[in-house]
Amino acid sequence: MSVFTSMLERDLRLAMRRWSEFATPLIFFVIISSLFPFALSPEVAALRAAGTGVLWIAALLSSLLALDGLFRTDMDDGSMEQLILSPASLGLLVFAKICAHWLVSGLPLILIAPVLALSFYLPPESLPTLMFALLLATPTLSALAAIGAALTVGLRSGGTLIGLLVLPLTAPVLIFGTRATDMAVHGESALGPLYLLGALAAFSLSLAPLASAAAIRVSVE
Amino acid sequence: MSHVSGATLAVKNVEIARGERRLFAGLDFDLASGQLALVTGPNGAGKTTLMRTLAGLRLPSAGSVSYGDVPVSRIARGLTAPIAFQGHLDGLKKDLTVAENLAFSAALWGGEGEMDALADELGLEDCLARQVRFLSAGQRRRAALGCMRLRPATLWLLDEPLTNLDTRGAGLVAAWLDAHLERGGSAVVATHQPDKLAGRAAIEVDL
Repeated sequence: MSVFTSMLERDLRLAMRRWSEFATPLIFFVIISSLFPFALSPEVAALRAAGTGVLWIAALLSSLLALDGLFRTDMDDGSMEQLILSPASLGLLVFAKICAHWLVSGLPLILIAPVLALSFYLPPESLPTLMFALLLATPTLSALAAIGAALTVGLRSGGTLIGLLVLPLTAPVLIFGTRATDMAVHGESALGPLYLLGALAAFSLSLAPLASAAAIRVSVE
Repeated sequence: MSHVSGATLAVKNVEIARGERRLFAGLDFDLASGQLALVTGPNGAGKTTLMRTLAGLRLPSAGSVSYGDVPVSRIARGLTAPIAFQGHLDGLKKDLTVAENLAFSAALWGGEGEMDALADELGLEDCLARQVRFLSAGQRRRAALGCMRLRPATLWLLDEPLTNLDTRGAGLVAAWLDAHLERGGSAVVATHQPDKLAGRAAIEVDL
């Protein structure tokens, strides 16, 4: 397991040294979600109705934006070749990279989401559910985006292609995420969609590293 | 230094194409434990592509490359890693210090190394705490070779290891190669300066 922690530590340290790059998706999330209340009607009911959807779509787009560089820098400086040729399992290394990236980009997003939710007049008692749903959903988004990033890392401009590849796959996360938040806003128990989000996270986190590793091996040729 | 039991690198009838163009075909050689192969050839002859093929990073368009009777493309799939490859990219993270790069490389390979002694040998003792992006090209190459040195591998694949190195650095690479071959390891070196490694090569491949 020490290879996992070394990889995690390396990527976190790199993120600290280039924090402005990693802060961009988070700032994007904040700006998109706070622009909507200005554009929409200021009525509480209208904002509340649109709010959950806006928050989730902004979270989705910002996590896609964040993942473009996940493998690209390693590919450009030759580190990826060394990771592939090392005795460590590439799937495990990719998993560590996804975890590091989620800690840097996903976790702050979850922490800041309640503040933005208040600008949509979401009731305070729904915020724990919103955060918990994001906690289950963002790892899935990171894992899916990692597959897209791995598939496009050999291309000159993979950024837009990642969106086209990955966005259709994120539909279930969006559906269950907004559903869970909506139910909480209306004071209902959101356990059903939360279970499904959890299942999606377990499924994608266990398979995405392997799929990404295979895609990287193809891209490096 | 302990003796390592290296296997034989068997290159059989290898053909390499890049895109539509065939670079060479019918390359055959066996590199036994303790032997060095020098790969030379003009720019564009396919030296780097050959080295990447030997490392298992890409498949030859025909023929096979195996190390110890296992196809190299299979070895590279993370089971064991007897092969260390140093391409023309350094494989260093520019935002990490030299020490951090060396430590990560060692952790990845489970290799043991005395970092300070290695840094002394490389002439990088003053640069250990500096980020790689502040180093010169030659110092980067030295750091990359240091990372490679920490890998407990029996077969070294070095693509232009002497680029950007001064005379002392080239001498260091030659000394490392000698020690590695002495221990029973083997190496394939692609270079434009074969004279700096003269008299060591058991096999010379001219593309």
